[in-house]
Amino acid sequence: MISIQTEDFDSGAEYTALRDSGAGTGAIATFTGLVRDSGDTQDVSGLFLEHYPGMTEQVIAGLVEEASRRWDVRKARVIHRVGRLLLQEQIVFVGVCSAHRGDAFAACEFIMDALKTSAPFWKKELSEAGEHWVEQKASDVARGEAWDK
Amino acid sequence: MTDQTLTVRFFARLREELDTGELTLPADKAQTAGDLLASLASRGGPWAQLQGSQPVMIAINQAMAKPATPVKAGDEVAFFPPVTGG
Repeated sequence: MISIQTEDFDSGAEYTALRDSGAGTGAIATFTGLVRDSGDTQDVSGLFLEHYPGMTEQVIAGLVEEASRRWDVRKARVIHRVGRLLLQEQIVFVGVCSAHRGDAFAACEFIMDALKTSAPFWKKELSEAGEHWVEQKASDVARGEAWDK
Repeated sequence: MTDQTLTVRFFARLREELDTGELTLPADKAQTAGDLLASLASRGGPWAQLQGSQPVMIAINQAMAKPATPVKAGDEVAFFPPVTGG
């Protein structure tokens, strides 16, 4: 299931929901991304996140499908927030249930890495000094491309 | 309605700098997404950046596309900076 939303999420409740994925699940990997105080700029007080409604959901659904072809994925959950977020708030949640940890870790990391370079979201850093649209990082592109090998 | 137009959408930095979220253009002006970019860039001012040094990503009907991808009436064409979510 994929949710794009302005409101916060309860990662504990999400984890509990992931546990209900059948007796074949032996591993759950989750990732949560938070608003950090520095990025392209310093003293970041928050972020503004914009997305392309419709395309975002389609791209993420495609990533979950690809993960399910490559690894054992029994259930997957992706939540991404948009709008204005304050320091330390939760931005993104990815959770994957698999039979074994290797598949859970890999599928979770793949979805997250691929989301960063292919899902149409854009972050703007907000600080006392002003606003700054975040630039795509070569390191993020390299991480995304590494999954193609 | 018979729609002989294209919808063009802009996001993030491009949306702000062009002060435009959405445009409707006649579909017969462009064969490809690249034609559309060139035509918009020729408006000058901030529009010139559509063919500038910074990469511009293209989506047609919400799927990633290339400058050579054909466009037709009724399409939704989006231009945006490289994505930075997560």
